[in-house]
Parts: sequence; structure tokens; C-alpha cells
Amino acid sequence: MAVSTTQSTFRSRLVRNYGLFTIGFIIFSLILGGLELFAGLPTAAIGWTFLLLTMALYAVVGIMSRTKVLDEYYVAGRNVPAVFNGMATGADWMSAASFISMAGTLWALGYDGLGYIMGWTGGYVLLALLFAPYIRKFGQYTIPDFVGARFGGNNARVVAAIAAIIVSFTYVTAQVTGVGLIMSRFVGVPYEWGVVIGLSGVLVCSFLGGMKAVTWTQVAQYIILIIAYLIPVTFLAVKLTGVPLPQFTYGTALQNITRLETEQNIPLGYITPFNEGLSNQSAIDSAKQIGVTPPAAVRIPDPAQPELGDWRGTPWNFLALTLCLMLGTAGLPHILIRFYTVPSVRESRMSVGWALFFIFLLYFTAPAYAAFSRWEILQNVVGQNVATLPDWANNWAKTGLLSIQDNTKLEGADVAKLPTWAATRVASGALVVTDANGNGKVDVAGATFQDLGDGKGQFGEISGSSVTAASTDGILQFPELNINPDLIVLSTPEIAGLPYTVAAIVAAGGLAAALSTADGLLVVIASAIAHDVYFRTINPRATAERRMFLGKAMILVAAAFAALAALPRLALISQMVAWAFSLAAASFFPIILLGIFWKRANGPGAIAGMIGGLAVTIFYMAMNYVNPAFNVLGITHLGAAVFGMPVNFLLTYIVSKMTAEPSKEIQELVDHLRHPVEDDELMTSLASGKTAPAHGAE
Amino acid sequence: MSTQSTDARQQRLEAYWKANLRLIVTLLIIWFAVAYIPPLFVNQLNTIVIAGFPLGYYMASQGSLIVFVVLIFYYAFRMNRLDDEFGLKDK
Repeated sequence: MAVSTTQSTFRSRLVRNYGLFTIGFIIFSLILGGLELFAGLPTAAIGWTFLLLTMALYAVVGIMSRTKVLDEYYVAGRNVPAVFNGMATGADWMSAASFISMAGTLWALGYDGLGYIMGWTGGYVLLALLFAPYIRKFGQYTIPDFVGARFGGNNARVVAAIAAIIVSFTYVTAQVTGVGLIMSRFVGVPYEWGVVIGLSGVLVCSFLGGMKAVTWTQVAQYIILIIAYLIPVTFLAVKLTGVPLPQFTYGTALQNITRLETEQNIPLGYITPFNEGLSNQSAIDSAKQIGVTPPAAVRIPDPAQPELGDWRGTPWNFLALTLCLMLGTAGLPHILIRFYTVPSVRESRMSVGWALFFIFLLYFTAPAYAAFSRWEILQNVVGQNVATLPDWANNWAKTGLLSIQDNTKLEGADVAKLPTWAATRVASGALVVTDANGNGKVDVAGATFQDLGDGKGQFGEISGSSVTAASTDGILQFPELNINPDLIVLSTPEIAGLPYTVAAIVAAGGLAAALSTADGLLVVIASAIAHDVYFRTINPRATAERRMFLGKAMILVAAAFAALAALPRLALISQMVAWAFSLAAASFFPIILLGIFWKRANGPGAIAGMIGGLAVTIFYMAMNYVNPAFNVLGITHLGAAVFGMPVNFLLTYIVSKMTAEPSKEIQELVDHLRHPVEDDELMTSLASGKTAPAHGAE
Repeated sequence: MSTQSTDARQQRLEAYWKANLRLIVTLLIIWFAVAYIPPLFVNQLNTIVIAGFPLGYYMASQGSLIVFVVLIFYYAFRMNRLDDEFGLKDK
């Protein structure tokens, strides 16, 4: 009884502390907002205050949770209540990509983008039903621990550790890039400094207190990120509909989008499904971001080209992508280890529910965010005279995240220094600038459009196939508007006409999302090296102090490497994050599933399955990436696991059947996993990590 | 522990595991139906508009998400009760 009383005072203390934290954050935001509106507090001061204050808060939580106990360092002492583990999992899961890019992706892709919404939430059902309770019952420190114990041997463990490091490292690099971007955009430090400042924020938490500090910081980060996400879109909804419940009223926005799209003759509608080559657009973007024109072999098709249009209008790519994201979600190590930290199997089941609930709050809102922004842009930006666009559109055009490609915008532009979009057209021959009067400027003012025939036109000093009546009318058409998806969330405060304080809250939210995910990933990388490779494989007699020291050192090393990888800002990294889901789905998912639900699965089967699954997935990815004409049912490289995953299942089955069945100890281990309390002695001895596992693990 | 009681315990655990599997399969069928059937009929569903939401779009953007959350809590609730029924309460 004493135990449950301590546990319940612990819980009520948590509720009180985080409740006060939330109220404090809201009051503080209101005060700063008031100071801005009535005392004219400069915007830079507001940006700095929010970013430094929130980072200082995380640091305080991290320092308060510092620990020297292994169980606390690796699994937060296994006493995190379900609701709080749910919040921590939510923050762990939602990265800069979810926070900043998700709504923008929906904005750009319409229905096709919803594959991400379903995929990244539906995976939690698999996690809840198939993995979480058994992972908790297994109760060690890492996912390679599980693979090693279940498939009997250090080979399987080391392969799993390497896979976990690769997946987590690409992911963490993308987060660090996000931190650098947010810092540089909102407080104006150079990108490199943003990376360093952000990383030191991550390190304060994970270095001193490991999983314990990371968990309690993530709860605080979740609170900030969800507040930051809900505020701007709620105000935007009030502006457009008068009702502060965007999640329930964006149907109006969808209707208006459809109406405006018809009026403006936009062919590929927002609601119309399956009309985008998802990955092809992202491939174009990533190539452009690193300043590379894709080589001829990497032919990135135009979705309007009939040769690839064969598969447009079919659901296969959408379904394949959704499935890969779901299975990948269930197989990501940094999410799986969160279920080691709850006190019991019962709590682990509830904890997945809470995790999805807290993620759901953001994902449920993202479609509304996208729809309201698209409505606003179609109504108040597209179709307007380019000279009288709203202020916010002009402000963002200056940052380069939004470009207005109407030829009248070229008036007065330096012939030698055209805007990027015009320079690209000049390079491709679609636009010819003849500086007739030799003043070094493009002069088009007062000109009238002339049809030169042969699909070409002339307008003042410019001519070519991209000069058309529509592109010279001074009215912004939809195809003339190019918006970086990241702009949608970041610009909403301005679109809704909100004070700068709200923009600063959004920045703090994006920072919280990126930092919390980076924290969780660093712990996975460090424990894969210090625990799985060093302690379990190289030196099983290492003392607790030594393991702790190595764990902390590895966090520093991983962080340093992540910073180095993030500095060149390679967009390829965001591609790799997308691939990580397919790779996790084709490698981890089938063998963890069979490991729990099919006793006969053995080590050789799992190793063959993982290798075969990965080989097929990587082959399809590479072939389709290089030549999109290589495809099955129009499925792109992002959905490659649809082919690799069944191969993994099949190989694991066949090879397991052909080789000896697993040892009696391993079969018993599977029985133990399946029953929440049955014979807890073995599990406790395994879980404590203080004694060497009795059997099954080595 | 006598052989008989070991057998009885074994049977009880098997019954527990079967009940668990039945529940998992049922819920996974719902999960699959909600996530993968509507996209196949999205154009037909989109002709039905409720409160401004075309149904096909809504199922992928919010409808399926609501079902996912409910499924997980339902599973946790049912399994925790099943643990009690089989006397498998853990601390």
C-alpha cells in the first residue's frame, strides 16, 4: 500500500507542477503581448526572451533530474505515469517536421498529403496492440536488447544496434538543422550559431540526466509546442469564420477552396485525390535546396506528362506510402524505448493511448491549418493585382520563401541579377531579356503584350515562351505563386494579423518540437553504443560507473557529429528521414512482430529476413529514385517497404522453418512476454540490469 | 507445485492469450477498414458533404484519426479488465 501512496503523491505533485508551468507560460505570454502592444517592446527582444526563457526552463528541469543511477539514466527509473509518458512520447515523436512542415505539406498536396496524417497516427494502433505491452514486459534498456535476447545472440544484437544508430542519426541531424533554421530566422543569429546554441540546449538535458531528464523536459516541451500550434490557427479561424474552433469549422474553408479553384481554373484540386507525384516533388525540392540541377539520369517527371500520368488517379502509391509510414512508426527505436519507462504493463497500454491522444491534438488541427491558409491565399493573394498584395505576402516574398512570378514584377530588375525564378527561365531559354535601351534594367512598364506566334510572346524588353498574356497582366495567377511549405505555419500569425508575440510563441514551439525529438534520439544512439555494443558485447563486466560515463561521453560525441552533419544543411537529409520509415518498416517491424507472436521464429530466420527485406527495399528505392519510370503500380521510392516488408516476413518464415527451433529458454522468454505478471522473477532480474541475465539474453 | 495445477495454470494462460489475440485481430480489422478502404472510394465518398466536409477527404484527415485513438483506449481498457479476470494483475 505504501508504494501506491508514494506513487499517488508523486502523481499529484507532477500534475500540480506542470499545471503551474502551463499557467505561468500563458500569463507570461500575455504580459509580453501586452508590453508589445502598449509599450512598444521591440520584436527582437520578444524573440530572444521566448527562446532563451524556454531553453532556460528545459535546462532547469534537466539539471534537477540529473542522475547517477543506471535505471534512471536509461529508462527514467520506470516510474513515469501513463499520461506523462504519453506527453513525453508526443514531444519525442513530433519533430520540427510535424510542427513546421506538416501543415505546409497538406497545403501543397491537398488530399495526397493526408497519407502522412494517417500514416503517422495509425502506426500507434500497431504499437499499442502489437508491441508496447510486450516491450514493457521485457523491461530492459534498448531495442537491440530485445532483438538480442529473442533471437539469441550478439550478432542479431549488433545488427539491430547499427540499424538503430543509422535511423536515429539521420533523424537527429534533421532536427539539428531545424533548430538552426528557427534560431536564425527568429532571433537573427547566423545559422551555424543557431545549431550550436540549440545543441547546447539539448545537451543540458540529456547529458546530465539521460532518459529521466529527457522525459521530464519533453513533458514541458509538449505543453509549449501544443499551445504554440493551437493559438495562431484559432485566431485565423476567428478572422475567417468568427468561430474559434478551426478543427470543426474548416469544412467552410474546404468549400471556399473548391469554389475559388473552379473560379480560377486551377486544374488539380485540393480535394481531388491521387494527382501528385509525392516523392517527385520532394526530390525536386531537395535537389534545388542543395543547389543541384538533377542530372539527366535522375529524370524528375512532371506529373502532367502523360508517360507517368498512367498511374495518376489510382490509389496505390497513396496506400503504399500510408502503410510504410504506419509500419515504420511502430518500428522506430526512440519511440519504442519510451514504453520501457512506465511502471507496468497496464500503464504501458494506457500510455500509448495518451501518446496518440496528445499527438492527435496537433494532427487533428494540421488539416485545418492548411485549409484556412489555402483559403486565405486563394482569396486574398491569388487573383489580386500584384501591386496591391497584402503586407504579409510582400514581407515573406523578401525572405525568398514565397515568390511571385508575374512578369510585371521584373520591372526595374537588374538584368545581371534577376530573381531566381526568372534566372531559371532564362537558363532554360523560356525567357529572353533584351536590354534594348541598354540601361542594365528590365523595362516593361507601360508595355503591352504581343503574341509573336509559335507559342512565344513579347512584353517590353522580355520575350519567350514564358511570356504570355496571363503572365503579363499584373494579376497573380495560382501557378505564378511559389510557396515554400515551411511558410504556412510560420506565417499564419502574420496572415491572421496577430502581434509578433504570437510569432515568437510559434518559434518557441518549433524549437521545443525539434529539441525534444533530438533529445530522445541522442539517448538511443548513446545507449546503442555504450550499452549494446560496449557493455553487452565487448565488456560485460564493466562497472555501472564506467557504463554511465561511456553513455554520457557517447551523447557528446553523437551531438558533435550531428552538428557537423547539420552544418552543410543538406536537403538530402530530409529525404533520408522519409526513407528511414521504409527502412524501419522493412527491417524491424516484421521481426519484432514475429518475435512476439510466433514462437518458432529463430535467429537465422530473423537475420535472413532483415537482410532480405532491407535489400529489396533499398533496391527498389535506388532504382525508382534514379529512374522514376522504374515502378510497380506507380509506387514511388518512399513506399518501397511495401515490397521489402513481405520479403522479410517470408524469409523469416522459410528460414526459421528450415533451421532448428529456438532454445527452450527463448521459448519460455516468449511465454513470459505474453503474460503481464506470470513469473516476474526472471523479468525483474533481467530488468534491473544490475545482475547479469540468468538466461535467454546471451 | 503439482503437475495438475501447472497444467491448469498453463490452460488458463492459453485461454488468456487466445482472448488477447481475438481482440487484437478484431481491432486490427477495424483499423485496416478505416485506414485503407475509404481511399479506394474517395471520389464516391467526396460526393457526400457534411457540414462542408467532403466525406472522403474527412475520413483521411480526421475521421480515421478519431477511430485510431478510440481503438487504443478500448484495447487498453479491455485488456486491463482481462488481466483482472485472469488474476494477472501486476503491481
